Amino acid sequence: MQAFWDALTLNAGYNAALVTLGAAMLGFAAGTSGTFLFLRKRALVSDAVAHATLPGVGLAFLIMVALGGDGRNLMGLLAGSAMTAWLGLLTVEWMARRTRLGEDTAIGAVLSVFFGIGVVLLTVIQSLGQGRQAGLEDFLLGSTAGMLFEDAVVIAIGGALAVAATFVLRRPMTLVAFDPGYAAASGVDVRRIDLAMMGLVMAVTVVGLKIVGLILIVAMLIIPPVTARFWTEQSDRVIWYAGALGGIAGYLGAVLSASAPALPTGPIIVLVSAALFTLSLLFAPARGVLAAVLRHRQFQRRVHRRQGLLALAHDEPIREVYTLRLLRRDGYVRGDGVATDAGRAQAAKIARDERRWDIAREVHQDAGLTGRYDGLTPIEQVFTPDEIAEFDRLIGGPRQVEEV
Amino acid sequence: MTTTPRPVLVSDTADDTSSAPLAVRGLTVSYGDKPAVFSVDATFVPGSMTAIIGPNGAGKSTMLKAVLGVIPRVSGETTIFGAPLGSERERVAYVPQRASVDWDFPTTALDVVMMGLYRKVGLLGRFRRDDRAQARACLARVGMEDFADRQIGQLSGGQQQRVFLARALAQDADLYVLDEPFAGVDAATERAIIEVLKDLQARGKTVIAVHHDLATVRDYFDHVFLMNVRKIAEGPVDQAFTTDTLHATYGGRLEATHLDQLELVGA
Repeated sequence: MQAFWDALTLNAGYNAALVTLGAAMLGFAAGTSGTFLFLRKRALVSDAVAHATLPGVGLAFLIMVALGGDGRNLMGLLAGSAMTAWLGLLTVEWMARRTRLGEDTAIGAVLSVFFGIGVVLLTVIQSLGQGRQAGLEDFLLGSTAGMLFEDAVVIAIGGALAVAATFVLRRPMTLVAFDPGYAAASGVDVRRIDLAMMGLVMAVTVVGLKIVGLILIVAMLIIPPVTARFWTEQSDRVIWYAGALGGIAGYLGAVLSASAPALPTGPIIVLVSAALFTLSLLFAPARGVLAAVLRHRQFQRRVHRRQGLLALAHDEPIREVYTLRLLRRDGYVRGDGVATDAGRAQAAKIARDERRWDIAREVHQDAGLTGRYDGLTPIEQVFTPDEIAEFDRLIGGPRQVEEV
Repeated sequence: MTTTPRPVLVSDTADDTSSAPLAVRGLTVSYGDKPAVFSVDATFVPGSMTAIIGPNGAGKSTMLKAVLGVIPRVSGETTIFGAPLGSERERVAYVPQRASVDWDFPTTALDVVMMGLYRKVGLLGRFRRDDRAQARACLARVGMEDFADRQIGQLSGGQQQRVFLARALAQDADLYVLDEPFAGVDAATERAIIEVLKDLQARGKTVIAVHHDLATVRDYFDHVFLMNVRKIAEGPVDQAFTTDTLHATYGGRLEATHLDQLELVGA
C-alpha cells in the first residue's frame, strides 16, 4: 500500500515519476485525438496504422547502423516508424477508394502484411549478431524500464501538438464525422480532413510506441472516447472528457505498475481504461445499461397500469398477475381484485383520455400531433386546454361512472 | 452582398446564365461506367422555387451533389451566381437527405444549427452570444425552439428535417438546395417547411428542391426541372409540367389515373 501511495504522489523514484507523467500525457493526447476516429467509425484503421510502424522501426535501425551510427537512436526509430505508418495509412485509403475492396479488407491486408514485414526485419536484425538490437521488441508491447527524460519530452511535445491540432480541426472533423455530404457542400475537403485525422492518430501512435507498444496503443485511442460518449451528448465535450479519462488511465496505470514488481505498464494502463469503460457502460446516467433497464421497467409499469385501468373502466377481468400487483400497490384494487373508489375514479379518467384521443384523431387528420398517440401519453401533453374542451364538446356530456 | 426581391420570371430563361443562382452546362456524373446524369444543362431562375422531378434512379440527388462538389463529376461546368462554386460557396445552403447522417452522433439540435455558422466563425473563432441567439431564432423559424437541447437521434423524422432546414437558414444564403425535404415527414412538418421556403422566396432567395409528390408540385413550386438521367424539360410549371413531359420523364411508370388529378396543361 505504501508503494502505491508513493507512486501515486510521484515519490517512488525518478524513473517511476517520469513514466507516470509520460503515461498521463500520452493518455490525454490519445484520448483527444482518438475521439474523431471513434466518431467517424474508423477505429480499426488506427490498428492498421499502428502495426505498420514495425517495419519502419526495423528499417530505421538497419539504415542507422549501415551509416555507422547508433541503431537505437530514438528519434531515428520514431521517424522510421512514422514513414511506414503513413505508407500503411495511404495504402488503406487507396484500397478502400480505388479498388472494389472494402475498408475492412484493406485494414486486414495492410495490418498483417506490414506487421509480417516488420517481424521479418526484426528477425534479420537479431541474426546480425551485433547485440545492439536489444530493445526493438519493446516496441511491440512497450517498455518503461529505461525511460529517459528525452522520451518524456518527445511525448510531451508530440502529444501537445496532437491535442492542439485536434482543437483547431474540431469543427471540420465534427462536420465530416456527422454529415460528410453537408461538409463537402460547405467546402470542407473531406478526404484531407480524414487524412489529417489519421495523421494525428499516427503521431500519437508513434509517440506512444515506447510506453505502450504498437499492439495496445489502439486501446488508448479508442477506449477513452467510447467511455466519454456515455457521459455527454455533445461532441466538443467528448473530446475533453476522453482526454481526461485517458490521462487518468495513463496516470493510474503507471502508478499501479510501479507499485508492484513485474506489472507491465502498457497492459495495466489499458486495463484501467477498460475498468473506467465498464463502470460507464453499467452506470452512466442516460446511456448506461442500468439506466436502460430502469427506464424499461418504468415503461413496463406504465403500460401495465394503463392497461389495467382500462380493463377496470370496461369492466373486464384483469388476468395478468403483474398488473394486479401494480394496481393493488397503487391502491386502485383491493386484495380480492375489486376496484376501490380511487381505482374507479382513475379508470374513468383514463377512459376519458382514450375517448378524447379517439376524437382528436378524427378531428386532426394531421399526423404531426395525433401521431404522438402511443397509448401512454396523456392528451394534455399534446393538445391545449381549448382543443381538449372542443373534443369534450364533441364527445357529449360526462359519462357516468358505473358502480362495480 | 445585397439581395433585392425580384418578381418571378414567367418567360423561358435558358439564355440568361450570367447571373443565374445556379447554371449547369454539360454535366455528366457516373457511378462506375454507367452515367447517372448525362450531359445535363440547367439554368435556375433567380427568386424562383424549382422542383427537380424524376423517377427513382433518375439522378436528381446525384446532380445536386455533383453541382455542390460533394461527389466528383466526369464532365461539365457549374456556376453559382455567375462565378465558380469555390468563390460563391457561402451563398449556397444545402440540406442533404436525412439518411446521410449518423443519428447516434453526440450532438444536439442547437449544435446542428450552429454547424451552419462554422464558416462564419472560422476554425478558431469563438461563438458569441448573438451567434447562439441567431441559431435559436433559426430553430424557432421551423418551430423547433423547444427541442434545442435534444440529442438529434431522439427527434422524429420530421423534427430532424426541420433542424436541418434551420441549419441551412443559419447560413443566411441566397440559394437553398434541398434533397428530398419532404421524404418521410409528417403533414405538420411538410407545412412548416413549405412555409419557410415560401418565406425565403418572398425575401428574394432561390430555392431548388428534389421533390417526389407530383400532386403538390403546383401548390409548392413555380418552376420545374424534369429529368431522367438526361434533362427532359425545364421552365415555369405552366409550361413545363405537362402530360407530355411527365410521360417523357416517367415512361410507362406513371399511372394514367394519377395524371388526371394533376390539372395538367394539355391533359
